[in-house]
Amino acid sequence: MEILVCVKRVPDTAENEFELNGAGNDLDRDDLVYSVNEWDNYAVEEAIQIVDKVGGNVTVITVGDSESEEVLRREMAMGANNGILLSDDAFEGSDGKGIAAILKAEIEKGKYDLILTGAQADEGAGQVGGMLAAMLDLPYASLVNKIEVGEGKIKVGREIEGGNQEMNEISLPCVLSIQTGINEPRYVGIRGIRKVAGVEIPVKSASDLGIAADSIGKAGAKTKRIDYFVPDLGAGAEMLEGSTDEIIAKLIEKLKAKGGL
Amino acid sequence: MTSIIGPASYKFFGVFPAALLSFILPIIGIGCFTYIMARRIAPLVRANPDNRFDHIGKRIQNLIVIWLGQMRQPRYMLAGVLHIVIFAGFLILSIRSVSLVIIGFSDGFVFPGLGGGLGLVYNFIKDYAATFVLIACIVAAVRRGIYKPKRYAVPEKYGKDHTAEAVFVLGIISTLMISESLFEATEAAFEFQKTGETHFLAPLTLVWIFRAMLSSVSPNVLQGLHIFFYYVHDLAFFFFLCFLPMGKHFHVITSIFNVFFMRVQKGNIKPVKYGIADDKLDDLTSFGVKKLEDFTWKHMLDFYSCADCGRCSDQCPANAVGRPLSPRFITIKARDLIFKNYPMSGEIYDSGKLLVQDIYTEDEIWSCTTCGACEEECPLGIEYIDKMVDLRRGMVDEGLVPQSLQKPMKALEKRGNPYGKMEKKRAEWAEDKEFSALCQVKDLDGETADTLYFVDSITSYDDNIQNIARKTSLILKKAGVDFGILGKLEKDSGNEVLRFGEEMLYQDLKSQNTEAILETGVKQIITSDPHAYNALKNDYKGLPPVKHISQVVAQKIRTGELDLKPCLNPEKVYVYHDPCYLGRHNGIYEDPRQALDAIEGLNRVELEKSRDRSFCCGGGGLMLFYEPEEETRMGVLRVNMAAEAGATVIVTACPFCLVNIQDAIKVAGKEGQMEALDFTELIEQHLV
Amino acid sequence: MTQIFAYIPFSNGVAEDVAMEFPTAAAKIDKGASLTAVLTGSGADLDKVANDMTGLYAEVIKINHNDLAYPNAEVVRKALVNVIPAGSIVLAPHNTFGMDLAPGLSVKMNASYAADIVDFAGVEGTVLKASRQELGGAVSTHVAIDIASGAVITIRPGSFAPVEGKTASGAVVDKSANAGDLSAKRKFLEVVQAEVGDVDITKADVLVSIGRGIEEQENIEIAEELAKAMKTVVSCSRPIVDAKWLEKGRQVGTSGKTVKPKVYMAMGISGSFQHLGGLKGNPFIVAVNKNPKAPIFQVADVGIVANIIEFMPELTSAINDL
Repeated sequence: MEILVCVKRVPDTAENEFELNGAGNDLDRDDLVYSVNEWDNYAVEEAIQIVDKVGGNVTVITVGDSESEEVLRREMAMGANNGILLSDDAFEGSDGKGIAAILKAEIEKGKYDLILTGAQADEGAGQVGGMLAAMLDLPYASLVNKIEVGEGKIKVGREIEGGNQEMNEISLPCVLSIQTGINEPRYVGIRGIRKVAGVEIPVKSASDLGIAADSIGKAGAKTKRIDYFVPDLGAGAEMLEGSTDEIIAKLIEKLKAKGGL
Repeated sequence: MTSIIGPASYKFFGVFPAALLSFILPIIGIGCFTYIMARRIAPLVRANPDNRFDHIGKRIQNLIVIWLGQMRQPRYMLAGVLHIVIFAGFLILSIRSVSLVIIGFSDGFVFPGLGGGLGLVYNFIKDYAATFVLIACIVAAVRRGIYKPKRYAVPEKYGKDHTAEAVFVLGIISTLMISESLFEATEAAFEFQKTGETHFLAPLTLVWIFRAMLSSVSPNVLQGLHIFFYYVHDLAFFFFLCFLPMGKHFHVITSIFNVFFMRVQKGNIKPVKYGIADDKLDDLTSFGVKKLEDFTWKHMLDFYSCADCGRCSDQCPANAVGRPLSPRFITIKARDLIFKNYPMSGEIYDSGKLLVQDIYTEDEIWSCTTCGACEEECPLGIEYIDKMVDLRRGMVDEGLVPQSLQKPMKALEKRGNPYGKMEKKRAEWAEDKEFSALCQVKDLDGETADTLYFVDSITSYDDNIQNIARKTSLILKKAGVDFGILGKLEKDSGNEVLRFGEEMLYQDLKSQNTEAILETGVKQIITSDPHAYNALKNDYKGLPPVKHISQVVAQKIRTGELDLKPCLNPEKVYVYHDPCYLGRHNGIYEDPRQALDAIEGLNRVELEKSRDRSFCCGGGGLMLFYEPEEETRMGVLRVNMAAEAGATVIVTACPFCLVNIQDAIKVAGKEGQMEALDFTELIEQHLV
Repeated sequence: MTQIFAYIPFSNGVAEDVAMEFPTAAAKIDKGASLTAVLTGSGADLDKVANDMTGLYAEVIKINHNDLAYPNAEVVRKALVNVIPAGSIVLAPHNTFGMDLAPGLSVKMNASYAADIVDFAGVEGTVLKASRQELGGAVSTHVAIDIASGAVITIRPGSFAPVEGKTASGAVVDKSANAGDLSAKRKFLEVVQAEVGDVDITKADVLVSIGRGIEEQENIEIAEELAKAMKTVVSCSRPIVDAKWLEKGRQVGTSGKTVKPKVYMAMGISGSFQHLGGLKGNPFIVAVNKNPKAPIFQVADVGIVANIIEFMPELTSAINDL
């Protein structure tokens, strides 16, 4: 089975404390560390496990700048066979659709039975997989937490509310977005990455892919981030005082406002 | 005929010379033994290299103290004394056994020098030796077969019980002792009957008793018995020799080598591969131990040498709390696999599976806290920590790392600390308002000082533990030490990164720290974290001397540079818990105790398990992130031990011990009754 | 005039709460917009919910088809593309169904897409301004959505105030005939119910988390009752797991699970470094602890100094009385 996994280099939520820059319109990126999007890592592990069972190849692909090569290498150190970097100044500022369109252009040049993405990435939109599937006219399932490979079709479980699992049968080829917890991704150390340091990773530009520059990037983006703002964190807790009834009344009000009730 | 005919001159049925049999038996026996040993050595030849020919003086000392002197045996008194008796008996009787073999074809053979008075003295001693060995064997057999100490039990998951083998061997040894004595006693009785003379025999020995019993047996029968018991002994002797390499009694042969080649340095970890420099590690195609032959030859020899005494597992804290680890079976399972893969005849076998899939489990290997209690105890010098680390290196190389450990490892790679906290916040503990009013800590990224205080990750970032950094600083200031810290340039020492098998990450941390430390030009390093102390002292190379704060305090008290007030809480009962990486791995037992005792009126008791038998609190560094299966926590057992000792305050000198013991006090429901205190906090409270 | 269509998810004949939040969201987009509810399904359940919606929406479209009995996103998408006019704004909830449906729908409708919106700041020209979160809630952003050729937007359930009572008297329009070809390459098979006792705290939006302040195993029931009232589950700190009062899967912390709830009720939890390490996504933290110096109060949004054994039952009954 030929599997393509779309990955993204993102600021690591576990290892960063996000602060705004002096101007207050962007993150202070000086001290940020980046790594592969956690959901994508599960998707790559899943792809490797499928290939281990039924044979085939795993290709990892990303749209990003030259530094994104680092995450492709990390995924290749896990066991992905090939990496493709889609990189061009024209891609910068693309919205979800722009990214999906860039990926689509490359995917149409190959032949893949299964295309995986992470269920979401740093922006938390969870959009590229579904868009890509629609653009390619392939069936799609999101938040996949189980895959059973069959002949020409697969059975997938989707995570739905209440911890329940929705089972579907999907014909191949298809696009799936992978939820965390579907497997236990293997560890990749510095040594693993160094082992694949010499492997050639092809870099493709907009003209290689034959996409018009105005359909992607900032120009083509229909949804644009204007600025960042830090939600009010507050310094220390607001201490509720008074009689128990008063405290509870105040608390319930706050819980309602924050979606706790 | 006035004297009995020995086996060299005896003729079976008057025609067949017994000497021929005496000649053939040793040839067959030694032939078989040689073949067996050749098969047993085969895996050692295929094993990884190991550098065990250094520190010859120390090795000879170990041989004298641990092997010949059996100094580790009495740590378990009854079993130890029994073993010393049998061991000493074997040494003494080995001369007799060899001469007996030769007597088979050379009547009355004695080794040169043992013909005269010395021979008489030797005979006197060896007769008692045989007698005491027999008694020891009987006591040991009763103990193993009837009383069955818990230590020897084999849990079902680890295979079948080993009692039968143990008792069988005790039987063979007894046979050797009895047949040897009867061989001699028949001759003495024969002589008495023919000549009426009784030559001196050591009173109450087996020979002495047997001669008395045989005094009225006819000379013909005595002649027959004499020859019969000679061959019983000869057969038993060569059978025993060939049987030894088949199981746990192989240690009779290997122990001398195993002790000679045992670990002589403490606290350090073996290199990934001997002979490969750190900067050449990238060239290795595989890391660590994945299959049997990846172990070093010494580690293989360890497997052969294990006498199955169970002392390691009896001391192992992981085993005590029900984690899936028993060091004894790390060895036994490997030995069983060697025996299976390297059979006595036929092809060498390879299952093609990783050891952690074949005979071990991943959790088993992650369960070890590297506390070193097992190695400290083993009378044969068998090692465990390096094997654990090598197995972990193999797992890390295969990507087999639990998710709970992947998070901190990745954070260490990205941020230099396992919590994923930002580098620039590493020195924030020093900015505490109250503290900075008392003490300004220099940042050696710019400023200079004589001494570096290496803080390490937990003390830098954990809100609760940061106090240790502040107290240490206050003590150093008071003692007049000119010190500073690395601040954001400091990375995790990597003590646990190395011990959890992430070699390349450790190498990165080590080279970043080494570079930063050497850049400061300091003359010495002080740390309050024994794990950091151990890594900098034993794993890093080329650094200025490293001291733990307890050493500094003890020394400054001795020189009068630090004065301590009388105890602020004389009603409390203090107990000092030895951190593994301060005590067992680095031999620092007395300095912290001396410092505590310098506080006048401080009431201090000792734990039963203390110093080199200290019981691990649960482990530090990455071990805090690992989720083992266990029935209880090591810290809880430790707190209960302290409670039994009557202590109300557990003083420790390690941030991880503090975290684990503080938690354990709460879990054990002893909040309010007991407290945990770091050494630095206690000392700082009592600074004049 | 902006045309807004809100896709109403429902199950067992009851619309999800977000149905009451769409009108608020739509008003924040454009007060003068026309708002239409769209429902897909089959049989009596569909009719009942469609009818219920007439109290909230001026117009209610229903699409009735056997293939829509279970909301298979691929089938629903086909129906919506054929029924909803191009250039409209389509609202859907940002939940497991919305995430399955909306991105592909935006492609097929050739519309802009914005996900997980928590607030709208109105339309200027053809640009709709909205707020959302990134990086697991660590930062918020303002986004501009070009609605010239329509937009598909998912909103975060619970972010917009629900409208109360009957605010409209709409009518149901049956557009089943317009649904077109509903054949799909993805077939729904079944829903596998989560195992009883197999509580996954990592996916809960609200957590009632207990620490040592619970004191005794018997008291866990008190926390369970509060969790039940808040329609969620109980998580805990390490000592509770060590004491074997709750299973390991419930533990929040560096050596336990990493959770990303929106609201975290820290009950009798001191707030150790290791525990807070498992708490991500900047949740709204309510801390109740009898120790006024407990470190949890440093990181909590709301703090109450009280004994949880006494406080929790009071809170439970107050919530149940709502």
